[in-house]
Amino acid sequence: MDKLNFPWLVQMAWRDSRRNRSRLFLFISSIILGIAALVAIFSFGYNLRQDIDSQAMELIGADLVITSNRPVDPKMLPLLDSLGNRRSKERSFASMILFPKSQGTRLVQIRALEGQFPYYGALETVPKAAAQGFREGQQALVDKTLMLQFDARVGDSIKVGEVTFQIVGILNKAPGQTGISATVAPAVYIPLRFLPQTGLEQKGSRINYLFYYKFDQKTDVKKLVERLEPRLEKEALNTETIETQREDMGRSFKDLTSFLALVGFIALLLGSIGVASAIHVYIREKLRSIAILRCLGVSATQAFLIYVIQILGIGLLGSIIGAVLGTVVQQLLPQVLQDLLPVEITVGISWLAIFQGIGLGLIISLLFALLPLVSIRNVSPLNTLRISLESTSLFRDPLKWAVYALILLFIFGFTYLQTEKWKEAVYFTLGVLVGFLVLAGIAWTLMWAVRRFFPERLGYIWRQGLANLFRPNNQTLILIISIGLGTAFISTLYFVQNILLNQVTLSASENQPNMVLFDIQEGQRQAVAQLTKQQGLPVIQQVPIVTMRIEEINGRTAEDVKEDSTLGVSPRAFQREIRSTFRSALSDSEKIIEGAWQKKVASPNDTIYVSLDDRYAEWIKVKVGDEIVFNVQGALIPTVVGSLREVDWNRIQTNFRVVFPEGVLEAAPQFHVLLTRVGTPQTSARFQQAVVRQFPNISIIDLELILSVMDELLDKIGFVIRFMAAFSIITGLVVLISSVLISKYQRMQESVLLRTLGANRKQIFAITALEYFFLGALAAGTGIVLSLAGSWALAKYSFETTFNPELLPVLVLFIIISSLTVVIGLFNSRAVVNQSPLEVLRAEG
Amino acid sequence: MTPILNIQDLTKTYQSTGQTLTVLDNINFSLEEGSTNAIIGPSGSGKTTLLGLCAGLDRSSSGMVELNGIRLDSLNEDARAQVRNQYVGFIFQNFQLLPTLTALENVMVPLELRGEKHIRQQALELLDKVGLADRSHHYPTQLSGGEQQRVSLARAFSNRPKILFADEPTGNLDAETSEKVVKLIFDLNREAGTTLVLVTHDAELAAKTQRIIRMKGGKIIGDDIMG
Repeated sequence: MDKLNFPWLVQMAWRDSRRNRSRLFLFISSIILGIAALVAIFSFGYNLRQDIDSQAMELIGADLVITSNRPVDPKMLPLLDSLGNRRSKERSFASMILFPKSQGTRLVQIRALEGQFPYYGALETVPKAAAQGFREGQQALVDKTLMLQFDARVGDSIKVGEVTFQIVGILNKAPGQTGISATVAPAVYIPLRFLPQTGLEQKGSRINYLFYYKFDQKTDVKKLVERLEPRLEKEALNTETIETQREDMGRSFKDLTSFLALVGFIALLLGSIGVASAIHVYIREKLRSIAILRCLGVSATQAFLIYVIQILGIGLLGSIIGAVLGTVVQQLLPQVLQDLLPVEITVGISWLAIFQGIGLGLIISLLFALLPLVSIRNVSPLNTLRISLESTSLFRDPLKWAVYALILLFIFGFTYLQTEKWKEAVYFTLGVLVGFLVLAGIAWTLMWAVRRFFPERLGYIWRQGLANLFRPNNQTLILIISIGLGTAFISTLYFVQNILLNQVTLSASENQPNMVLFDIQEGQRQAVAQLTKQQGLPVIQQVPIVTMRIEEINGRTAEDVKEDSTLGVSPRAFQREIRSTFRSALSDSEKIIEGAWQKKVASPNDTIYVSLDDRYAEWIKVKVGDEIVFNVQGALIPTVVGSLREVDWNRIQTNFRVVFPEGVLEAAPQFHVLLTRVGTPQTSARFQQAVVRQFPNISIIDLELILSVMDELLDKIGFVIRFMAAFSIITGLVVLISSVLISKYQRMQESVLLRTLGANRKQIFAITALEYFFLGALAAGTGIVLSLAGSWALAKYSFETTFNPELLPVLVLFIIISSLTVVIGLFNSRAVVNQSPLEVLRAEG
Repeated sequence: MTPILNIQDLTKTYQSTGQTLTVLDNINFSLEEGSTNAIIGPSGSGKTTLLGLCAGLDRSSSGMVELNGIRLDSLNEDARAQVRNQYVGFIFQNFQLLPTLTALENVMVPLELRGEKHIRQQALELLDKVGLADRSHHYPTQLSGGEQQRVSLARAFSNRPKILFADEPTGNLDAETSEKVVKLIFDLNREAGTTLVLVTHDAELAAKTQRIIRMKGGKIIGDDIMG
């Protein structure tokens, strides 16, 4: 007896579960979907990781790529031309093209290529030979979506700037290109040597310069890059290798999979709360058996272990089913996500993911079941003679608190493993905890309030239905938590999707500009404005843009900051190219929140006070009064931060991080942006054609196009999120069914007694329906209020937009959840209603 | 003869809403091995509490319980569980069979806990003695009250206890069944030489024992040793 006698414990666990297996399975079924979601995501993640590793070479197409977003200093050219065994050059930029046959115009990504790039993988074209052939003459490869959109054929021509190219091939796939990136900016390849003739390479044009290298196998590219990097960095040249490509992509897709894993994890947590509540009731029913066993000489630990073994067994079964389901679901994920990914995804069984899923299922079912299970240690054998006078309180059992701590630690640990960020893991854990506490608080308040303000005057059925909310063995707490969390989750997803879509459609509303012309050269400014007006379109805004970089902040350069991180200057400040403007007045989407706005610099010796977007200032850690030296394409301009502006970035208009006063940048190389609003698609097409024909260097962003792209993108992402959220929603339903079933077992005796005392079917039916309606309505209402608060916070702080929830769909959700609770409640209580009391008593014996 | 159960100055109090409720007040007695005894008294007299303490199901507030020479009040719950398994048998008014176990398995549990061998045979023999050999694979819900109590009897004797505590063993049975069960209890008891402690308010049943301890208000008000 001193020993635990493990084989006997297993045997007892098996025997004891005999009449409860289907119920136990129902309890555990709420974690199956959560496990399935996680196994699917994990498998997908591992397969993706492998695919990225094996396809990284084809994704980058070369051993080394050096890039720059400004023309390379001629003194660097000897170095750049000496690297590698084979080399290619590319200049890539956004530009309009014209299909002369259909007169269609479209913003595309021009990729002017010289050399034999790609060295790994291929430009996949139809016909196949075009991938090489286009390099031979005045020829182009055009992305397949463009060809389809303009009904173009191989042999047709396109006009890029001043030059007409013959289309020799349809481009199906290029290194590193995803379905989505092709939709946003479809690629057009032309030979580099024709670029000067197009006239698109003008000062101020935003061109990316790329140099591709292939090395022989002996060269250690990593070492070479390490050696070259200081020199390249000085000239603002960036490097990419197969290895960095692998890491970068791995990292960004880890973000995607960890986000999806967290969505799946919420489903699992929701299910686990269901498990805890179900086991709680199960153990309460087992009190008598436990007391008998204790009487017969079973130790507290043995009694505890009998049920731990049962939970582990059923948890293992649930997890295995979940893992199998997850492996099946995983086959669907690539289809859902393919357009978002640059690699071909293979689908394979990932044993690692399966084992992780099963392990996770075992841990989480045990952890959550431990909450009710630890009370077994305190079951006195005296319960065989009478129910113990001294019931054990939660607050007195330190082990329960330890279990709560373990659960929080587990949630935090899992989140940390996914995100690898302490802060996010803490926020996520706190979010779960707060959501849980708020719902529990509401449930407690509700029970207290119903009892305190009990409407004695109501009819018997109402009173009975209400009283069921707070009487012993009630399910109020668990149902409000599980249904509430489920509802909150579903409606938050709905709200967030709406916020995103609203943000875009808002921009498309009346009186807002819906077409942006950029890369307008100084000399073209007047003529473009005139052309716009000639077409009967308004010039809503026309602003100059000057590109620059930060050279010094308070006397510190990028190198100083790199060497000494204690200087209080962010190294980020020096990295980006800044597009700035100059004007004397604030626009209507911005306001000064600190300092003073300088309209004009009168004399060249005056101090120049620039105005910064407040969040940008925070990001690069500067404040009003700090000195910044800007490098405006070679000319150094010392300035002082004069004011900080709050900018509404959601408006479709040109907003700037840095604004100069008038009288400084007028002579600097600049281009202009013009905003207008076009009415019909025909006007839009006519205007675009006119602009492209007259000013081929000017690019046009048509908001309608952006909208349709956004729509497509949101649709795809939305589908992925809905797909994952479905796991939570179905889990919520399973938890609901199991919670209602558990309460059925509790209510059976009462209802039978009521029936014995003469209550008719209708009355029992009404009492049950009312109770579940109160529960469902309160839980759904609480969940919706929670999600309204959460979505409002997301809208305000994360998306920075206003939150105007549509109330009708919310009402529909409320009605669906409440009715579903009532229907499931009634469906599962039908035994009580339909059978004779004696039958039920016998069956439950 | 050495006493199998020795009770000295036994007191049990409960704290309830700030008040101290004395359920047992300074109880003293001892029982000889192999004897048959009854504790009788009206409802609320403390007899069930006394049985719980004697059998090591609960701890006293003060005083001593010594069972087969072992001081129960100094043992923790697990150690007391071991004592129960070694030396004590139970029969309850409401049978207290494990609902998920068959009759045979219910009888086997105490033996399995002791890690004994050939227990199946022993358990079947016991079931045969109580006349239920043919019902060994039935679950408690498939048995009548009398049959359930007979299974519980077989279970009580399965670990060959030194002392058998029976709490109102016929309280839930009709007169005819009661008679059979009582006969079985006494027959098996005699055969095994077990000390019997019957808790009952049935004077007729109590009269079948050698000694009657009468209780009222938590105190012993009489202790009659019968001829």
